[in-house]
Amino acid sequence: MTKKCIIIGASHAAAQLTTSLRQGGWEGEILVIGDEPHLPYQRPPLSKAFLSGEKTAEDLVIRPATFYQKQDVQFRQDRVIEINREKQTVTLANGEELGYDKLALCMGSRVREINLPGCNLNGIHYLRNLADAESIKNNAAKDQHAVIVGGGYIGLETAASLRKLGMQVSVLEMEPRILKRVTAPEVSEFYHRLHTENGVQIINNISVSGFQGNSHVEKVVCADGSELPAHLVVIGVGVLPNTELAEASGLVVNNGIMVDEFCVTSDPNIVAAGDCTNKLSKIYDRRIRLESVPNATEQAKTAAASMCDSQKDFTTLPWFWSDQYELKLQIAGLSQGYDQIVVRGNRLTTQSFAVFYLKSGQLIAADCVNRPQEFLLSKKLIAENIAIPPEQLEDDSIPAKEILLRIAGKSGQLTFT
Amino acid sequence: MGNITFVEHDGTEHAVEIEPGKSLMDLALDNGIPGIDADCGGECACGTCHVIVEGNGVSITGSASDAELQMLDLTPERADSSRLACQIVISDAMDGMIARLPEFQM
Ligand SMILES: Cc1cc2nc3c(=O)[nH]c(=O)nc-3n(C[C@H](O)[C@H](O)[C@H](O)COP(=O)(O)OP(=O)(O)OC[C@H]3O[C@@H](n4cnc5c(N)ncnc54)[C@H](O)[C@@H]3O)c2cc1C
Ligand code: FES
Repeated sequence: MTKKCIIIGASHAAAQLTTSLRQGGWEGEILVIGDEPHLPYQRPPLSKAFLSGEKTAEDLVIRPATFYQKQDVQFRQDRVIEINREKQTVTLANGEELGYDKLALCMGSRVREINLPGCNLNGIHYLRNLADAESIKNNAAKDQHAVIVGGGYIGLETAASLRKLGMQVSVLEMEPRILKRVTAPEVSEFYHRLHTENGVQIINNISVSGFQGNSHVEKVVCADGSELPAHLVVIGVGVLPNTELAEASGLVVNNGIMVDEFCVTSDPNIVAAGDCTNKLSKIYDRRIRLESVPNATEQAKTAAASMCDSQKDFTTLPWFWSDQYELKLQIAGLSQGYDQIVVRGNRLTTQSFAVFYLKSGQLIAADCVNRPQEFLLSKKLIAENIAIPPEQLEDDSIPAKEILLRIAGKSGQLTFT
Repeated sequence: MGNITFVEHDGTEHAVEIEPGKSLMDLALDNGIPGIDADCGGECACGTCHVIVEGNGVSITGSASDAELQMLDLTPERADSSRLACQIVISDAMDGMIARLPEFQM
């Protein structure tokens, strides 16, 4: 009898998993069950090129229906409400039970919601799905006021896109600076200035206490008593992993579904990949839950190999990117725990610089604004644990390429004379 | 209707039909060509869609932008006619083009 694989969730991780399963020789059935009415699509552009109107929903589709047909991958729009590991079944919302030999959990994450007076008024949105992005777009109107709650990457990208659409945009941040959770003050300051120069108002140290309006939101009320006019509100205050199904089925869950280095959960017949997992990072020597597309695809490749009975860990250094206005930020690694900052290039007078994060003299992360070469260099230095004296990282007269060439071909530590 | 041929590092060839207007990266993904990762979905941010164009490809794919060149410059297996597939827009004129894939993406 042919084996059956069920994948729960139909997004980045699932799209890669189906492809990698076939490439890895999985001959059995593949059924993807996702609750959104779309084939897997690119989520990152939702706050960027899709919202600003440069890309359409069609452009976002990761692979066309014909591709999945050729690969004999079935999709079903439905919601899984229970996993029964003993019977090896999943239960759909209508009660129907489907059996599996192998199960893949690609359920991703969902937005953290805030419960404040008036939060159900029309015009108040979160941004996670195509449907969310479409309704934000439909609500966006030139010269009207938009308020973004939360100054993280998605909030700031949304601000830049709405600005491009001609809206009057304010960003409200609870912390003393935007991007505080993820970057050094140097980077926060740069983006604060960039947004201000583009006409976006950023207010730090402010917390929202509620929303007012008749049926549609009209203003945002803050704890300090101030009020902002708002025709459109987008709340971006982080995400939560979708782990409830896994937890209820008895799988080990701790800030994400716990997986081993091959993306196998505490049940050998169940793998997990993407935003919903928690996995040991060999580079940082700690367990982490990542929210990024490269993480979802790498984990999906790893999980697919495990399902095909081969053990391969495709995961590499975490990396991210963010597009705001015409600037591309590429982030290599995770900066948490840094004790030294080195800046290369002038962040005050130019729009091209890199901020390196070091811990005990070793590079652990880099934020590269319009600096693709520094980004690629940093990825290598961090992943291979190569130490470069901070003075050289700082010295913009030594091209990144030259540093890379000097270390190319040699492994491990390298000293410069 | 013409074809573009992707050649994997081990020599396996995949001839696929040209779809004008699409990016070469999308064409590769839509046809399940192994060896194009396209982690960033075509944003010129990841460098995992590296191809080396051959045949008539070199002259008709246009020139790379500064950002693309900078990424390519540090790409392993870089060749003179290296491109990021997501930055190439396919046209009918690309009939017969060959896109060779490196052994490893970035
Ligand atoms: C606006 C925005 C911008 C972003 N920008 C970037 C960026 O620039 N770079 C980057 O790397 N990452 C970015 N991300 C993050 C990236 O999109 C995620 O890391 C990625 O989507 C994770 O993929 P995934 O497959 O793990 O899960 P998800 O994409 O979250 O997909 C999970 C899917 O499973 C479905 N699902 C969940 N539970 C069930 C169930 N019980 N039954 C059926 N279906 C279920 C969900 O509805 C969803 O469709 C961005 C995200 C957003 C929202
Ligand atoms: S797909 Fe990422 S650079 Fe081309």
